[in-house]
Amino acid sequence: MTRNLILGGVLSSLVLLAAAVSFLWTPFDHAAMNIPAKLQTPNTQHWLGTDHFGRDLMSMIMVGARTSIAVALVAVGIGMGAGVPLGLAAAARKGSWLDEGIMRGNDLVFAFPSLVIAILITAVLGAGAVNAIIAIGIFNIPVFARITRGAALSLWEREFILAARVAGKGAARISAEHILPNVMNLLIVQGTIQFSLGILAEAGLSYVGLGAQPPTPSWGRMLADAQTMVSFAPHLALVPGLAIIITVLGLNLLGDGLRDHLDPKLRVARA
Amino acid sequence: MLRYALKRLISLVLSLAVASLVIFLVVEVAPGDPASFMLGVNAQPDTIAALRTELGLDQGKLARYLSWAAGMLSGDFGTSYTYRTPVAGMIADRLWVSLPLALYALTLSTLIAFPAGIYAAARRGKPGDMAVMGATQLGVAVPNFWFAMMLVLVFAINLRWFGAGGFPGGEAGLWAGLHALTLPAIALALPQAAILTRVMRSALLDILGEDFMRTARAKGLSRRQALWRHGVRNALIPVLTIIGLQFSFLLAGAIIIEQVFYLPGLGRLVFQAISSRDLIVVESVVMLLVFAVITVNFLVDLAYALVDPRLRSRT
Repeated sequence: MTRNLILGGVLSSLVLLAAAVSFLWTPFDHAAMNIPAKLQTPNTQHWLGTDHFGRDLMSMIMVGARTSIAVALVAVGIGMGAGVPLGLAAAARKGSWLDEGIMRGNDLVFAFPSLVIAILITAVLGAGAVNAIIAIGIFNIPVFARITRGAALSLWEREFILAARVAGKGAARISAEHILPNVMNLLIVQGTIQFSLGILAEAGLSYVGLGAQPPTPSWGRMLADAQTMVSFAPHLALVPGLAIIITVLGLNLLGDGLRDHLDPKLRVARA
Repeated sequence: MLRYALKRLISLVLSLAVASLVIFLVVEVAPGDPASFMLGVNAQPDTIAALRTELGLDQGKLARYLSWAAGMLSGDFGTSYTYRTPVAGMIADRLWVSLPLALYALTLSTLIAFPAGIYAAARRGKPGDMAVMGATQLGVAVPNFWFAMMLVLVFAINLRWFGAGGFPGGEAGLWAGLHALTLPAIALALPQAAILTRVMRSALLDILGEDFMRTARAKGLSRRQALWRHGVRNALIPVLTIIGLQFSFLLAGAIIIEQVFYLPGLGRLVFQAISSRDLIVVESVVMLLVFAVITVNFLVDLAYALVDPRLRSRT
């Protein structure tokens, strides 16, 4: 167990826990306005203070965590769901037109500046959480396809795959039963990293008004609302910003820690 | 080398063609007719029809794509639906903000990353290295638009060293322009500097393990001499690649940072165009950014192959 793994695990589970608990309990109703109590700095009653409508920031952050996590998680799901089979297929038919086509398609998606296209997609399809998921998810596909193909290619050269072929298994079965389990570690590590990138992307999109729409709370929109008030109520910007940083930092550390932990070669090299 | 360059050039042209088609199709899906949007809800059907003819919206999709793509090749990006001025001119005006901003940020990120990366690599595993690596972890995790807001809070509102936003325009002079772009450039550079520091460090660590580094030490160079003469120089190749790639990220990333500082750059142009359904402007700006990314990638590949002959035989 490395320090990264522990620290990353603690930070990430803190955020996950806050999101999970928000389904059952939040200190206040996250949408309830209370104008007399507006713009309070953190105190014993409102732990993180209140916004310009007197809404409790702690409750908004907890519910906002749900939005961030849901968007980023489904986007990773789209990336893995489409990217991993594509990568496996490309590796199984190495050098064929299928492999060539998949890799060229990957290059093309990589060439697009992801943020610009995400803005284009949400602008065209309409702003909202679902379209933000699609926009972020599309750019996860080539990431997973490439990493799966790369790892699978070297596995195909190994003797245990040869044994499986001698035993009469087809390419699809070998991919599913022997290749996939062996690239799983790699995919988990990459998934963690894409998850954290997804959180950042969702925050950016909802900051410019193209992510989750009101009344769904989101960290990015809380920051956009805070911008005009930053001179007299800086905590409005500090709180959601720190929430994003803690989440992304936690996930990145978790990804690094998992990579070190799951890859025995790295462990030896380090010692 | 020529064969390699030619091969890459063909794939560059193909990528651009496919990209333009994808962008055109995505924008075509957009609900809402620009003509009826511009004239408002009370417009007569025949007025709308007349405007549609004027804008060329009554032609088929294929004809419109071809005329848009052909126009772009000759530098004619079409005419804005809302402003009735050539799109090329609008983009050129905005580039005068976005391009210097991206270059400024790139310079800052390089100036931070080089010393930090070299320092960390030279002190591998020691507290100095740990501190730099910790800082890069944080740098990657901070959303740049939030960092931008914090910069405004500290340096514009509290210390009053900089304005909180806006851009003085060309006539105010170079110094005023640079001054206005300083905070945005710092915000934009931060995550890129963190990434570049890590690349610099790991590239240098790879080189430090090479045999020729041991030879350099054996022939009597001090650690410092060996690091600078043989280490840093060789580590530059992968680092320069990343710098090339970062330029296009910065140009695209400027879109959100421009929103924070109310800078009249490409980003604001895109958002205004989106809200007024000025599709031709959206298409053209996105295409321009994609063109920049693909072309920079191409040039980086080419430069890389020029330096490292092993890469030419691959692909």
